[in-house]
Amino acid sequence: MTGTVMEAILLKNGRIIDPSSDIDLAGDLLIEDRRIADIGPGLKGPEHAQLVDLNNKWVVPGLIDMHVHLREPGQEYKETIETGTRAAAAGGFTKVACMPNTSPPNDNEGITRFILDKAREAGNCQVLPVAAVSTGQKGRGLTEFFDLLNAGAVAFSDDGVPVRKASVMRLALEYALNFDALIISHAEEPDLSAQGCMNEGITSTRLGLRGIPNAAEDVAVFRDCCLAELTGARLHIAHVSTKGAVEIIRRAKEKGVKVTAETAPHYFSLTEEAVEDYNTLAKMNPPLRTEEDRRAIIEGLRDGTIDAIATDHAPHESLSKECEFALAANGIIGLETALPLALKVLLREEGFSPLEIARLMSQNPASILKVEGGSLEKGKRADVTVIDSELPFTLDRDSLFSKSFNSPFLGQSFRGRAILTIMEGKVTFDLLGLLREG
Amino acid sequence: MTKLKSRHILGISHLDREEISFILNTAESLKEILERPIKKVPPLRGKTIVNLFFEPSTRTKLSFELAAKRLSADTVGISASTSSVVKGETLIDTARNIEAMRPDIIVMRHSLSGAPHLLTRYIDSAVINAGDGTNEHPSQALLDLMSVKEHFGRIEGLNITIIGDIAHSRVAHSDILAFSKMGAKVTVCGPATMMPPGIETLGCRALYDLRQAVRDADVVMALRIQKERQGMALFPSEREYARVFGLDVGIFSVIKESCVIMHPGPINRGVEMSPEVADSSRAIILDQVTNGVAVRMALFTLLLTDSREE
Repeated sequence: MTGTVMEAILLKNGRIIDPSSDIDLAGDLLIEDRRIADIGPGLKGPEHAQLVDLNNKWVVPGLIDMHVHLREPGQEYKETIETGTRAAAAGGFTKVACMPNTSPPNDNEGITRFILDKAREAGNCQVLPVAAVSTGQKGRGLTEFFDLLNAGAVAFSDDGVPVRKASVMRLALEYALNFDALIISHAEEPDLSAQGCMNEGITSTRLGLRGIPNAAEDVAVFRDCCLAELTGARLHIAHVSTKGAVEIIRRAKEKGVKVTAETAPHYFSLTEEAVEDYNTLAKMNPPLRTEEDRRAIIEGLRDGTIDAIATDHAPHESLSKECEFALAANGIIGLETALPLALKVLLREEGFSPLEIARLMSQNPASILKVEGGSLEKGKRADVTVIDSELPFTLDRDSLFSKSFNSPFLGQSFRGRAILTIMEGKVTFDLLGLLREG
Repeated sequence: MTKLKSRHILGISHLDREEISFILNTAESLKEILERPIKKVPPLRGKTIVNLFFEPSTRTKLSFELAAKRLSADTVGISASTSSVVKGETLIDTARNIEAMRPDIIVMRHSLSGAPHLLTRYIDSAVINAGDGTNEHPSQALLDLMSVKEHFGRIEGLNITIIGDIAHSRVAHSDILAFSKMGAKVTVCGPATMMPPGIETLGCRALYDLRQAVRDADVVMALRIQKERQGMALFPSEREYARVFGLDVGIFSVIKESCVIMHPGPINRGVEMSPEVADSSRAIILDQVTNGVAVRMALFTLLLTDSREE
């Protein structure tokens, strides 16, 4: 019964995983009046409560993806706020932060409000708009931070394009201090990445494709960390893909710079070899790197250098991908594969705990964005995701809720996914019909 | 071996040693036709070959066209200026439309790496890559192999040195793969700004010193040099390039007596190669051109024989 507000839901016999209070215990969770009314063993809800026996499935705070592209306004043929948020709910997300590189870009209050209205109308997932740093994302004058924050923007980024001039980035960080606002950096030195379409290395040499060196990311991350140190402002590095960037961020954090970072599931799951045979579904920016980088990303997630997993969900219609490699659009969809990949790689291959995964996918993004979430404490808004960590499934085109299906993981088998997503007490995804009445 | 394993000729990377030998042997036996007074035989009568060239080309296009005509195939040439690409049609649509007219082979040159690979996913005709971006130019490498084999009687154990823009040369890429697959030792040499990362993984060694690179060579091949790439000059001047990496008469005192000089053409005389070297008795550059027709005849024959047996 997706879409219906249930007055009370009692999730029985779950594995309650709450990173905000470091809890990983068998128990029940009661949702009443859109809030978490109680957690603990042997709960008894009110008589009218919908009751679900979870049989030890995971109950985590609603997942939060701090980096998606919803494409609306302007590129509704790739994705809309409605389809994108449905994909989010199906992936277990209750909040997503959408990047401003729409058409026109989200650089003013009007577009921010439009996005929020559309998201509210769809009602699948809370949308947190990230506004542009610079007007038109052109890297010159700053947007009206105060106005945008009042309208509901949660951070500022020119994602999709880097802030080219160091002086403009400095200005943005300084101005952000007035509002304790977060600046998200798409860290790329375009002078070094220009015309590259994959990682620079032996695979690019073999395929005869122009490469993007790790240094294009590293120098930009270093620049922005220096500027964060200089200004004392809060900086977040988006989609970290290189070993060098992990090391630079680690050092900056040790020095006390207010920097946080995210990586995307494809950077801990794939390497440049996925591009073999000119597979445009493995083309993204930053590009897939080497095994050495992939290892460094995983270690960065393990030691807390990288705070969050964010999908960089980048839907593209088939025309943008079924073409010559150099002409193909960058990016892949990620909302419906993020959790399955985290379970596959981080949980099973790398031994991360369920708590660590919940921290990377809900608690940390919430605290970086300073929004409520990432917690199952009593009284909090009921954003809850139920995960069956063992459920096998195959990712196929027809099962995707996103309007686009540009994923390198199509056809692959996974074990584990979200089966029930509850946003503010409302069921937004119910794979198995657990809450169907009757 | 009686037929190729590959349905298409996308690159040397897709061919194994046995297939390469098979192509060379076929080319050697077909070459004789080019010396006849009437240079035409009937095996591909009724077959249609489309030459789809999205980049300007003189010798490669002519070579493919002559090869087809020598075998009595019908050929149609389409070049970028006359194609509907300028009207905004996608490559896939262009290919599907050509396919609908039932050609047997599409020979394609394209400025982007992987373009012919893309084509094979959407059409049934055999595809021959006549050069894709900075990836491969397999028929050029095959004619280079043929020319070397013709001169030395073997390829195995020879030292092959390739000089120039290794990073942006599809000829270098295909030649490195081809010569190393056939058992030669390949050395590449050029400005470090034109040396791609991990080039050794293709099966060669990379040296920056020209004299050292050519000293033991049996074959020295200079590549056509282009100063600007993506709007950036990759070496200071043609004058300096000629002095550091150009082949001039001074090279004769360094290379072995038996060493031959090659060039895939067209030559920038005075830059990568001086006229005295290009026109010397050591040069087998025009043999390369002749063998190009024979190799392409072999590719057509083998690809179409293949489909007939299926």
